[in-house]
Amino acid sequence: MELFIQQLTNGLAVGGIYALIALGYTMVYGVLKLINFAHGDLFTIGAYLGLTLLTTLGLTNYLGPFGVVIVLALMVMGLVAIVGAALERVAYRPLRQSHRLSAVVSALGASIFFQNAVMLIYGARYKVYPHDILPRTAIHIFGLDIPLIRLLMLLTSIVMMIGLYLFIQRTKIGTAIRAAAIDQGAAKLMGINVDRVIMIVFLIGPALGGAAGLMVGLYYGQINFTMGWLYGLKAFTAAILGGIGNIPGAMVGGLLLGVIEAMGAAYISIAWKDAIAFCVLIIILIVRPTGLLGERVAEKI
Amino acid sequence: MILNVENLHVKYGNVEALHGIDIHVQEGEIVTILGANGAGKSTTLMAISGLVKASQGKIEFEGEAVHKLPAHTIVTRGIAQVPEGRRVFSTLTVQENLNLGAYTSNDPDRNRKNLKWIFDLFPRLEERSGQLAGTLSGGEQQMLAIARALMATPKILLLDEPSLGLAPILVKAIFDTIREINQAGLTVVLVEQNARAALKLAHRGYVMEVGNIVLEDAAANLLSNPEVQNAYLGGTH
Repeated sequence: MELFIQQLTNGLAVGGIYALIALGYTMVYGVLKLINFAHGDLFTIGAYLGLTLLTTLGLTNYLGPFGVVIVLALMVMGLVAIVGAALERVAYRPLRQSHRLSAVVSALGASIFFQNAVMLIYGARYKVYPHDILPRTAIHIFGLDIPLIRLLMLLTSIVMMIGLYLFIQRTKIGTAIRAAAIDQGAAKLMGINVDRVIMIVFLIGPALGGAAGLMVGLYYGQINFTMGWLYGLKAFTAAILGGIGNIPGAMVGGLLLGVIEAMGAAYISIAWKDAIAFCVLIIILIVRPTGLLGERVAEKI
Repeated sequence: MILNVENLHVKYGNVEALHGIDIHVQEGEIVTILGANGAGKSTTLMAISGLVKASQGKIEFEGEAVHKLPAHTIVTRGIAQVPEGRRVFSTLTVQENLNLGAYTSNDPDRNRKNLKWIFDLFPRLEERSGQLAGTLSGGEQQMLAIARALMATPKILLLDEPSLGLAPILVKAIFDTIREINQAGLTVVLVEQNARAALKLAHRGYVMEVGNIVLEDAAANLLSNPEVQNAYLGGTH
């Protein structure tokens, strides 16, 4: 039972990260019908920017541990959002009228560019986050010791997801984003500036992905320039699992995938962790290609 | 003259869909554009709304050129379109669809007044305001598409085949509503395949054939024109 609950909380914490990244995939897919293959690398950039800001700004001298993390998260989110918007402007907007595959190739190119840029700037070796940023204490729940940072991660990702959900569902811009995802032409007839909607999507998705990168750095303590590839692929799986293009689907898919993976690692074999995650992708594509919450028929990219 | 289309050419890639057409609409008129599939009727409306760009010629609305403006700014000038096939936002609620119709409006009072008028015109939409638009029947979706366009407080309403796929009794209801909207002061441009109903409703009409205007006359004259009768009204009865 203890193992189960430990793995459940761990799975939810990691799943929260998958969900945050998956939201970026799913929002972009929703509006542009494009899989942004460079999204995983925006996550990596978030992790590295977090490290740079942490080691150069000396925030720990002025702020308590939570203050540092909050300020850091806001800065990382803002910066990665700018990178995301620049990516859209440079790599995708000029191809808006072209065949969809052109944009996919452009996305793959952008991914290679970002990955190599990070490697050239920071080097190819693992980088280590300072481990004393957040207190490494554990919280006693049900007679179990659960690391505080794990709970904080889960809480943070859930708060962000609720925030996004409310933004999408309740605000005028959120409704415009949903409308543009359904029918861009009709959205233009309503007076919606679809280019601006796409820009907003490319600000929000990367911001969430960047926050996820920072969280991984803080949680696991070490980061690498290729980390975005595996996390990106897992988050993409999560987005498919929940139904690509569907925002609550990405949230549910991410959390679910995290838990499935953690349980598989505990009860089957830790060596099979990634294989289990991708088996989930294969099974969902066979059994329910539209995903758990998806309504739209999945198209090939 | 509220709308003036002059020598309008539109190309899709290398294929020219409109070969220089002229359409003039006076304020308060209902003007119908008739023609077979592929004649360029929808393209004409799309060009007025800015969704496709003119390769030559000009479109003036209230004396100002609008053919170079991006599509999303055209609705703020007072041009609203009910597109072919309704194109309501199916996974959004009826109310959300209506709110999007008023997307460019920053005047809550005007929106409330419009909404009240629209619910008077289409009481069914009020009953169903919380429902997803995709769950409405075809006729209700058409009402929603018209209502959504009216929420923008347009001066001119472009309607693209509002009768498409509807039962005759619903077509009559929709056409009666269009007359009512026109009597409330809106100028209407109506693209239709249902030529007889459209000509009975309209003041004037244009007939299009493969990207050209071939005939322009008062609606009553078109109704009695033997050529029009043969081509679009199923012969003389």
